Amino acid sequence: MSLVIVVLALAALMFLLTSVLVAAHRWLHVVEDPRIDQVEEMLPHANCGACGLPGCRPFAEALVRGEVSPSGCTVGNAAQHRRIATFLGVDVGVSERRVARLACAGGTNVARSRARYRGLGSCGAAALVSGGGKGCFWGCLGLADCAAACDFDAIYMDAHDLPRVIEAACTACGDCVRACPKDLFSLQPVEQPMWVACASRASGDAILEECEVACTACARCAVDAPGQISMEGGLPKLDYSGGSIPRGAIERCPTGAIGWFEKERGFCVGASARRIIRRGGRPDGAT
Amino acid sequence: MGMPWLASRSFGHGVHPPEHKEETRDLPIRSFPFASELVVPLLQHLGAPAIPEVREGQRVARGEILARPDGFMSVAVHAPVSGTVRSIRPAPSITGRMLPAIYLETRPGDTQEVIPGVACSLESATPEDVRNAIQAAGIVGLGGAAFPTHAKLRIPEGTKVDTLILNGAECEPYLTTDHRVMLEQAPDLFLGIRYLLRAIEASRAILAVEKNKADASQHLRRHKPDDLALELVELEVKYPQGAEKLLIRSLLGREVPSGGLPSAVGALVVNVATAAEIGRLLPHGRGIIERVVTLGGPGVERKGNYRIPIGTPLRFLLEQVGVSGDVDEVFLGGPMMGVAASSLEIPLTKGISGVIVYAREQGDSEESRVYPCIRCGQCLAACPMYLDPATLMRLSRHGDYSTMVDRYHLMDCFECGCCAYVCPSHIPLVQHFRIAKAGIRRGLSA
Repeated sequence: MSLVIVVLALAALMFLLTSVLVAAHRWLHVVEDPRIDQVEEMLPHANCGACGLPGCRPFAEALVRGEVSPSGCTVGNAAQHRRIATFLGVDVGVSERRVARLACAGGTNVARSRARYRGLGSCGAAALVSGGGKGCFWGCLGLADCAAACDFDAIYMDAHDLPRVIEAACTACGDCVRACPKDLFSLQPVEQPMWVACASRASGDAILEECEVACTACARCAVDAPGQISMEGGLPKLDYSGGSIPRGAIERCPTGAIGWFEKERGFCVGASARRIIRRGGRPDGAT
Repeated sequence: MGMPWLASRSFGHGVHPPEHKEETRDLPIRSFPFASELVVPLLQHLGAPAIPEVREGQRVARGEILARPDGFMSVAVHAPVSGTVRSIRPAPSITGRMLPAIYLETRPGDTQEVIPGVACSLESATPEDVRNAIQAAGIVGLGGAAFPTHAKLRIPEGTKVDTLILNGAECEPYLTTDHRVMLEQAPDLFLGIRYLLRAIEASRAILAVEKNKADASQHLRRHKPDDLALELVELEVKYPQGAEKLLIRSLLGREVPSGGLPSAVGALVVNVATAAEIGRLLPHGRGIIERVVTLGGPGVERKGNYRIPIGTPLRFLLEQVGVSGDVDEVFLGGPMMGVAASSLEIPLTKGISGVIVYAREQGDSEESRVYPCIRCGQCLAACPMYLDPATLMRLSRHGDYSTMVDRYHLMDCFECGCCAYVCPSHIPLVQHFRIAKAGIRRGLSA
């Protein structure tokens, strides 16, 4: 007898819960555009946030709503953008490709250390111990917080403990910008190859004691590109609003603090910049 | 059990690092020579930098105002030496940032007489007058935090402070400046307490020292004016006894709420050196131009307590007292809460109470290796704020700063370093917390 009661009770419970599920399916059903799932599948699944949205799913939703264009995903390549554009029947859109650039060229070969930092192997920690041991207070500490933060392996540390950005791999997600305690990274359009690889706000040659490739605020570049380069807080400020800046403006820079990003050769300095092979030695005898 | 800290006049947890005070505690405060160039930062405190009042090439007299406060959270800066303003440009600081500073060239052969200012008379001053005079004198907390004292003395509306606590605990190893100030500047200290009581309109003051400075408390007890409502209390020798919130817990048994100010429980804590400086400067309307610093540590040859002009570069300072062997580490403040200096060009500022030098010894090149956390829980047993340093460290490594704040009370950590001191794996726990706090300031969290 008791067995029958148990079976009946469980059956009744099952029926009740099933009806709740059925009702929920019927009346609480959320109609979602099936394209969202499909578009999400076509995205790179990096969830990096470089598009400005929290991840790939919100980006897919925004795509379907028509609020963004496929090229807004900086991680995807042109083929992926085209595929999404064709699928949704929208324009690929134009996006300015940007890459992370470091405003410091002071590797261990050219920049002096005042003190040896001992402690947690992180730039964030070192920067809080009276700025870390670097001679230049503004410069890169070389403990690779940026390389650790990069989800795309686009940053590696070179032989002189300076981070290098692999432009082809960089998606401009901005993780390195946030990771750097000295605020040396920024996202720059690839189309703007001129770059100031120094963050020292000091003026005058005294800073060369600390770093041989520092900007001394001599303003030669500003003289050579009037209206487009101006000196601000001891550093050249580049103004691209009037179109591209002529490359000639970097040629007279004595230290190579201002230079030019070339596709194959990376950061190139002007003709007057001292050729520094190793610290202390200036084989070309230039001053 | 109840409240054990009430019985023993102490707080729970904490550590007992070697004191290392015996070498300088009996050495009287000595004056210090002027460097040929002093570097006076415009920001030596928490808050906003002062606005320079002088220009390059200008000659200034010792004690003259160099910069005026910029707003409420700012204090004046005075010339520590008669000389010429060479330039106003960024100088290295212990914060790790380059901060604007006035480079002052000492004028040789000058009498170096301090020019008088507008005195603040204790008889007629209102609380507001005292606070303004303290701001004009450039006084900040001399114990190390360098919080502008006048700002501390402005009690928030609706709260009443009944007890002024004078902090003479000086629990950091090596440091003996507060000890010497209590022994040598008792009249200044008593006068400073009167000014402070006036400023906060309180009637009662407690001066607390650790038991290892019994001579100081006896000296003060002997010379205390009868009309001064000052109680002298000796505390158990334990680090960090001098931490503001723990001192209130030890003395009054009151718990400052998380994120709250001591005034929320009717208390206010001022360092004894700060109080003595108020008593020394206000009657003459002068500003802070020098401070007492302990120069100690195994690397210093002529250890001692010196009254050193503000802005003296560390390099000059170490040259004067001599360093045995190669300088290995220079701590500004004590070895527990102090910051390792990254440059000897950093100038002495108002908040630096000690310069502790470790020199490299022969064959002593072993680096202390960091091992993984073994979850022994010693850090939990050491933390005087009853936090969980081990979990905080793990969260910090994962960048989960918001959980650290919301669930593990990161902001109650005042970085005393007890956890790192006891950690058998040598994990630099405080560094992890400082990264997290810096990350929160920058608006980051995973």
